[in-house]
Amino acid sequence: MDTLSTDLLLWARGPGFMLAATLFLLGLCWRLLEIYSLGPPRDLAPPAQRRGSGLRTLLLRSMPERSTLRRDPITYLAGYLFHIGFAVTLLLFAPHIQLFHNLFGISWPALPSVVIDAVTVMTILTLLLVALRRWFNPVRRLLSGFDDWLSLLLTLLPLITGYITLHHLFADYAFWLALHILSAELLLVLLPFTKLLHMVTLFFSRWYTGERYAKRGVKV
Amino acid sequence: MSATTERGLNALRGAINSHVASYFASCVHCGLCAEACLFYTETGDPRYTPIYKVEPLRRLWQQEYTLLGRIGRWLRLTKPVDDAMLEKWQALVYNSCTLCGRCSMVCPVGNDIAYLIRQLREGMSAAGYAPTGMVDATRRTVEVGSPMGVRLPALQAQMRHVEAETGIAIPIDQPDVEYLVLLSSMEVINFPEYLAAIARIMQQAGKRWTLCSTAFEATNAGIQIGQSDLARTIVQRIVDGAEQLRVKTVISPECGHAFTALRWEGPNLIGRPYRFEVLHILELLDQLRRDGLLRTEGMASARMSFHDPCQIARRGGVIEPQRNLMKMVAADFVELPDAGRMNWCCGGGGGNSAIEEAHPLRMQAFNVKKRQLEAAAPETLVTACANCRITLEEGLEHHHLDLPVVGLTELIADHLICDPAPEVSDDQ
Repeated sequence: MDTLSTDLLLWARGPGFMLAATLFLLGLCWRLLEIYSLGPPRDLAPPAQRRGSGLRTLLLRSMPERSTLRRDPITYLAGYLFHIGFAVTLLLFAPHIQLFHNLFGISWPALPSVVIDAVTVMTILTLLLVALRRWFNPVRRLLSGFDDWLSLLLTLLPLITGYITLHHLFADYAFWLALHILSAELLLVLLPFTKLLHMVTLFFSRWYTGERYAKRGVKV
Repeated sequence: MSATTERGLNALRGAINSHVASYFASCVHCGLCAEACLFYTETGDPRYTPIYKVEPLRRLWQQEYTLLGRIGRWLRLTKPVDDAMLEKWQALVYNSCTLCGRCSMVCPVGNDIAYLIRQLREGMSAAGYAPTGMVDATRRTVEVGSPMGVRLPALQAQMRHVEAETGIAIPIDQPDVEYLVLLSSMEVINFPEYLAAIARIMQQAGKRWTLCSTAFEATNAGIQIGQSDLARTIVQRIVDGAEQLRVKTVISPECGHAFTALRWEGPNLIGRPYRFEVLHILELLDQLRRDGLLRTEGMASARMSFHDPCQIARRGGVIEPQRNLMKMVAADFVELPDAGRMNWCCGGGGGNSAIEEAHPLRMQAFNVKKRQLEAAAPETLVTACANCRITLEEGLEHHHLDLPVVGLTELIADHLICDPAPEVSDDQ
């Protein structure tokens, strides 16, 4: 085995991982502080008869709104597919569960690797579709900037390198495994500074909006 | 950069809080909000995507309130918010947004985009980029007392007219009564039947009420234009009037933004809770109905639909009362598609109807209303906002549709049981 590849793999698994995890946590704390230390606006208006709550919106906003679903079903469908796909490959793949077990001492049943394989392909294809739609749809094109393309790339890299590693597509297994781990670490480090941070902030956003409208007696 | 732009940017800085920051940090640019906005769906113009309309606010937040943004600014990698940008955004922030809030119901990460527009308007108006029509309406409200320039004598003339028509005395400046009734100038000038309806309904219910000579105008152009100091002045007038007369409840008229201004923004504008309650007229009518004090007879046979004003239903929480009331008087009540919480805006809210140059766009956006009406095919359209009513009538005429539009309060009043006037109760 190539010693360079082995060294890279050892670094990615050891110091690289510790570094990425540390930077991720620091970045996350910094960003959350930066956002939430601004403080909420005050609201002195007495509530109406409350309907719904921040928690309700926090949970139910994952469901599509009927009239909008009719107008743009693909965005909803693609959104569900790649979110679920990414979560499945991350959380239900045996080697990943082993990693979580080593880190946190907890584990859970894995999906057969053939299923993970199919889900990976589905997720990659969905993300490529999302990228195409971002490029060709005038609305998304107008909204898109560096962050949007970087975030897509950061999400795609672990999936693609993972697929290559799993299938031994290239001879140097250790090298590709190292790349896979490094791509996941890159995702971790940059996540707090990209729109991928929505995985944390959306809970606050949904809560804020849900509370504002629940107080007015509107279920949102 | 000019002094006014600097003032605008300062106003924007004042409008940034953890909600604003959380919303911008959460946006994934999925574009779904576009599909919820009538200005996008009816034109296909991507600039009308709701989250794009708040780009100046996002950019300022990103460049001044985030580490990465500050570095980017310092390295001159990003363009600051300047005059040119604000000028370019004026038409997006005002002409193509009615603050209807449909986008806020749809956003998958839960962003209240209408709230972001409201915050951005603070900066736009401070920087001098609010549309002339809205600036004039706001100035008239502050200086004269109403956006349409209606003064007390005009109201008094209308009161005499209504008294002659109904034979009921219209009380004004009566202290210690239960209700202070507010009006919109549109109701003073164009729809005096509202005041007549109130007089008859209150008489049947045996409730004591009054108008106030220093606070009869409910509409608040200050919140539409985004100028909190002026909005405060306008709300304060009502608060002073209501507290001097020691009324228990202030009744917001058939007007959407008046309700938002008085009910939800008012206490925050003046910095303290009121010493009275605020109800929308539809909430009051529904209460009277529940208490058996609103008795009607006969049902209208025409097929009727109700257009939910955005600020009353989606943004105000008044959704059921109008349905209860419609069922009292309409034998054939059909809901419009997406009625209630997700109803489509008339296109004239948020001050939009005061922007003359937005007229062609407003008429184009009305196509969605046309489709709703074609689907439900009502013979009469009922609503509860004088501004919606004017915009609907304008849109219907523009699209060659012949459909009468009436206010729900007057519709109810038309069906009141005519019994001899009961004695006004003194048990309150």
